[in-house]
Amino acid sequence: MIRWPALYAIALRQLYLMRGSPTRVLPIFAWVAVDIVLWGFIARYLARVSDGVPDFTATLLGAVLLWDFFSRVMQGVTTAFLEDVWSRNFLNLFASPLSVGSYLGGLVLTSVLASLIGLAVMLALAGGVFGLSFAMLGLLLVPYLLVLFLFGIALGIFASAMVLRLGPASEWLVWPIPALLSPFAGVFYPLDTLPSWMQAIGRALPPSYVFEGLRSVVAGQGFSMPELIGGLVLALVQIALACWLFAAVFKGAIRSGLLARYSAESVA
Amino acid sequence: MKLTHAATARPVLQVANVHKHYGSKIAVADISFEVAAGEIVGLLGPNGAGKTTTINMVLGVLEASRGQILIDGHDVMRQRRRALSATNFAAVYAPLPGNLTVEQNLRIFGLIYGVRPLQMRIDGLLQQFDLLAYRDTRCGVLSSGEQTRVCLAKALLNQPRLLLLDEPTASLDPATARDIRLQIQRIAREQGGGILWTSHNMTEVEDVCDRVLILSQGRVLLQGDPRTLASEHGAASLEDLFVRLARDPGATAPKREAGA
Repeated sequence: MIRWPALYAIALRQLYLMRGSPTRVLPIFAWVAVDIVLWGFIARYLARVSDGVPDFTATLLGAVLLWDFFSRVMQGVTTAFLEDVWSRNFLNLFASPLSVGSYLGGLVLTSVLASLIGLAVMLALAGGVFGLSFAMLGLLLVPYLLVLFLFGIALGIFASAMVLRLGPASEWLVWPIPALLSPFAGVFYPLDTLPSWMQAIGRALPPSYVFEGLRSVVAGQGFSMPELIGGLVLALVQIALACWLFAAVFKGAIRSGLLARYSAESVA
Repeated sequence: MKLTHAATARPVLQVANVHKHYGSKIAVADISFEVAAGEIVGLLGPNGAGKTTTINMVLGVLEASRGQILIDGHDVMRQRRRALSATNFAAVYAPLPGNLTVEQNLRIFGLIYGVRPLQMRIDGLLQQFDLLAYRDTRCGVLSSGEQTRVCLAKALLNQPRLLLLDEPTASLDPATARDIRLQIQRIAREQGGGILWTSHNMTEVEDVCDRVLILSQGRVLLQGDPRTLASEHGAASLEDLFVRLARDPGATAPKREAGA
């Protein structure tokens, strides 16, 4: 059961941390800006050396921007969760009436706010410096961003469950997850470029539907509504599965004593 | 023993036949006890006796292998939110996040516990625990004594029916520890809730607790009035009785009677 004041408390905690520490705010913009600048110039160079090839800026930079958005959403959830690991706060939080639903809701709300700020900076930088415009996508951008957002949430909750189960030292497994998935999701190339086993994994990843759709629109071939809905449904199912997994790990941690020991292990 | 919810003057905490084992290792062996409203109960025992395991089970962060725990009539595992809304705790091993200020921490936990009106409650607790000067100070830079006071302020946010204090004065100087003890005694008197208190300081226990339970190897060996328990069992002091039981958990026989 979700209680809004408790959910708000979890998000407020993150807001306090960001307000008091610029080093927590910087990553929302810094890596995104670096990626936009790097890939913006790569796209510009490729456009210069390959006459007649369609708009590299739109395809490459657009893909980077959207993948960064997804990564930020996921890290928004995991970073908020890891703040509780780093500050050894689980005992205080979970020996209270806070439910798992309210806690996860708070992590998601935190991520929504942080990723929207990040998205605004991305769009401003890509548009202002490299002339990238998503105008050609129009309102289609909204459902595509929604799919990426939902998958970012699902993966963030999954990664948090993994750290809760495996212990604080497993934190390092969280950060490479987006990079690990990107070859399968067809961020920079069509899925049919991949061998069939990689395509099968790619089809289980909602972002692959987004990037296939975007490439199709940029190439002037329109978009497939069933594919878009398929990606959306897949992402929603994965959120439900991730929440179920977190709740199951939480329950197991209470049964095994892991949750009670977590604070001590955080400093081990 | 199956606990009932219907009693009119029901205890704030009922622990019935609670057992916890990890594989073949028994941490707590079928313990039963109660804490009444307005009562301060000391939970004593050597390291590894099962005190913190018991407290973790009462706090709902550790599930008992069997048995039942009711807080204010609510089952900790089945009615978790209701039971934990009536509880709070302070422990030396659970400091509040050091990267948030005193007021920020109190606001966040006040929201989690559904405290209303929150600002008034925070202001009252800051005054009660002499923390007004540290309102905007990050908890991580406070001294041990100040951090303990912040933890106690957090523990009283929701005016809990059951307050769990795990060695609340362990890191305090004698003067501050005495102040804290007096405050907690006053809280028990005025709020009417029950307090479960663990400590290794026997003088403190004799001073504060109405009743003590002595645990060893996961079992309750003795319980009674801390001011008379030692003499009833032929020991010179509560500390002597504690040391004897810590070395030999079977040595509970009243020596005076045996020698008479």
